[in-house]
Amino acid sequence: MRKLKLHPCGKFNEQYGEELTIFSTDFGRLWMWVGLFLLFVVLPFICKPYHLYVINHIGIAAIAAVGLNILIGYTGQISLGHGAFFGVGAYAAAILATAVGFPFWLSVISAGVITAFVGVLFGIPSVRLKHLYLTIATLAGQFILQYIFVQWESLTKGPMGIMLPRATLFGIDVKGDRNFYYVIFVCFVILTWVAVNLIRTRFGRAFIAIRDNDRAAEGMGIPIFKYKLISFAISSFYAGFAGGLAAYYIGSITPEPYTLMLSVEYIAMIIIGGLGSIPGAVFGAIFITLLNEILSQSTQFFMNIEGLAKIALTIAPLREFVFGLAIVLFIIFEPKGLAEVWRIIRSGFRLWPFSY
Amino acid sequence: MEFFLQLSIQGLSVGFLYALAALGFVMIFKSSSVLNFAHGELLAIGAFIFLAFSVWLKLPIYLSFLFTLVGAFILGFVIERLFLRPLIGEALIEVIMLTVGLAAMFKGLLLVIFGGNLFSYPDFLPAGLTIRWGAINIPPVYVASFIIGIIFLSIFGFFFKYSSQGIYMRSVADNQPAALSLGVHVRRVFAMSWAIAALVCAISGIILGIMNGINVHDISVLGLKVFPVVILGGLESIGGAIIGGLIIGVLETFTGGYVSTSLKEVIPYIVLVFILLVKPYGLFGLVEIERV
Repeated sequence: MRKLKLHPCGKFNEQYGEELTIFSTDFGRLWMWVGLFLLFVVLPFICKPYHLYVINHIGIAAIAAVGLNILIGYTGQISLGHGAFFGVGAYAAAILATAVGFPFWLSVISAGVITAFVGVLFGIPSVRLKHLYLTIATLAGQFILQYIFVQWESLTKGPMGIMLPRATLFGIDVKGDRNFYYVIFVCFVILTWVAVNLIRTRFGRAFIAIRDNDRAAEGMGIPIFKYKLISFAISSFYAGFAGGLAAYYIGSITPEPYTLMLSVEYIAMIIIGGLGSIPGAVFGAIFITLLNEILSQSTQFFMNIEGLAKIALTIAPLREFVFGLAIVLFIIFEPKGLAEVWRIIRSGFRLWPFSY
Repeated sequence: MEFFLQLSIQGLSVGFLYALAALGFVMIFKSSSVLNFAHGELLAIGAFIFLAFSVWLKLPIYLSFLFTLVGAFILGFVIERLFLRPLIGEALIEVIMLTVGLAAMFKGLLLVIFGGNLFSYPDFLPAGLTIRWGAINIPPVYVASFIIGIIFLSIFGFFFKYSSQGIYMRSVADNQPAALSLGVHVRRVFAMSWAIAALVCAISGIILGIMNGINVHDISVLGLKVFPVVILGGLESIGGAIIGGLIIGVLETFTGGYVSTSLKEVIPYIVLVFILLVKPYGLFGLVEIERV
């Protein structure tokens, strides 16, 4: 057995391969197992149904945010259309399940694939355009898709929405928050594992090269356009997959939630979490979902108190303000996001008592 | 034929509105190459400051107009100082994200303060400005805004072309490090350009408010419609913004009249995607040949 690395007080890499390891110490690997144990064995049994409901939403948001981070954080292509891509996934899953009769697992995966195609379609302008123009192209994509959700009534049932059938997996009826919790978080762990490893492959390195300097990347023989489209496809796949899961979890879908505001929410997640960091996307998803939940809870709280209902009405738009403020403050004061804060805290522990 | 004529007039007036909204956007882009996603909110802020002065404080129109301009100018400085100065020299992606954040922030703030209702200004334009020409009747608002638009176009055209401040702005937008090394005071140029842009936005916002009434949601939607307009016209071109605005306005109205009313809202974005694929630098934009 090799020697365990637990608490090195610096970086003592001897081979280039060590730079690429996921866990720099065996301590991190240990913590991952503890975390998975907490996630799958402890957490679902100590939480109340309402908390499980919130955690499930965090899980779905985290899948989409990890995907968006591959596009924005690693490839450097800003997309303002991910709210709509999420919606494409939700609609694809719903239509496949109701009209075609696909089973749960197949319709969620196909939702991801269909969304990947849609994402590539709106990524095509990146042939000639750099991020500034591309951002505008994805903004247009957001509006066009939103229009299709409402207007293509023969397919999407328009503003009426679609009711989804019960999700069943391997003959088991996935009902209730706890069963769905397992479905969501197994998917989450698999997809995060894929994302973490993707970044270490040829693809991931090409993405990072394009982000850091596209001209140099082209010069080194990376076909930029191909890799940009691959990045779009992967990222949209994640969004669509999350959208499909969300559609099944909520049970019915309407066009309302998939607006530009949702796109901004996802961007807020990865900025607050940390651009170009997979744990960051997860932190961001947790932060934004909790923020959302706290604000809507406080609205309800004030609504129920006599005489304070007026305050409740002002809290609703305050939600947008708080989002904006969070994005702005993080960009100015901690551009690397919560992931950086987390790293500082960790290294503080590691270097204690000589941290400075 | 009459329907056609009516639609054309209507389309041109809507287009003029878009052109006006696009002016401030092009100003900011031209002078600091920041893609401002908070543009609609800046327009709305201008319109609401004017509302606060003219309706709530009941100041005379000229005074409240003046105060609004001063207020917007200061606001531009403050925005630049608080939010954009820390990002000088940072990657463009962060600046764009910052304006997305600012947009959400301003919109929330406006909704908290003013609510989502529709407001309107008192009627103060002289009725003598109306132009009657056969069956065509152009209300005074359009005449006034047309005159204001022409004045602005020429002022800013000359400003960018001949004044040293305008040349500094163009140099900063073109290449920040190069401008810095040639002794351009980049921070001052940034502050100035945001202040002037906020001022232009306030004026456009007021005119939009007179034409359509003031509503936070409507104006922020309008702020996003600016994108098809400026992409069509070319991001750096003020003249292009006006022509782009007119084309988009007419196109939108004709789609609404002849094809379907629901398609009207997205047709600018469909056009936008098409232009980006075919002629990404627009009709009058600066063509940067950089093959990557």
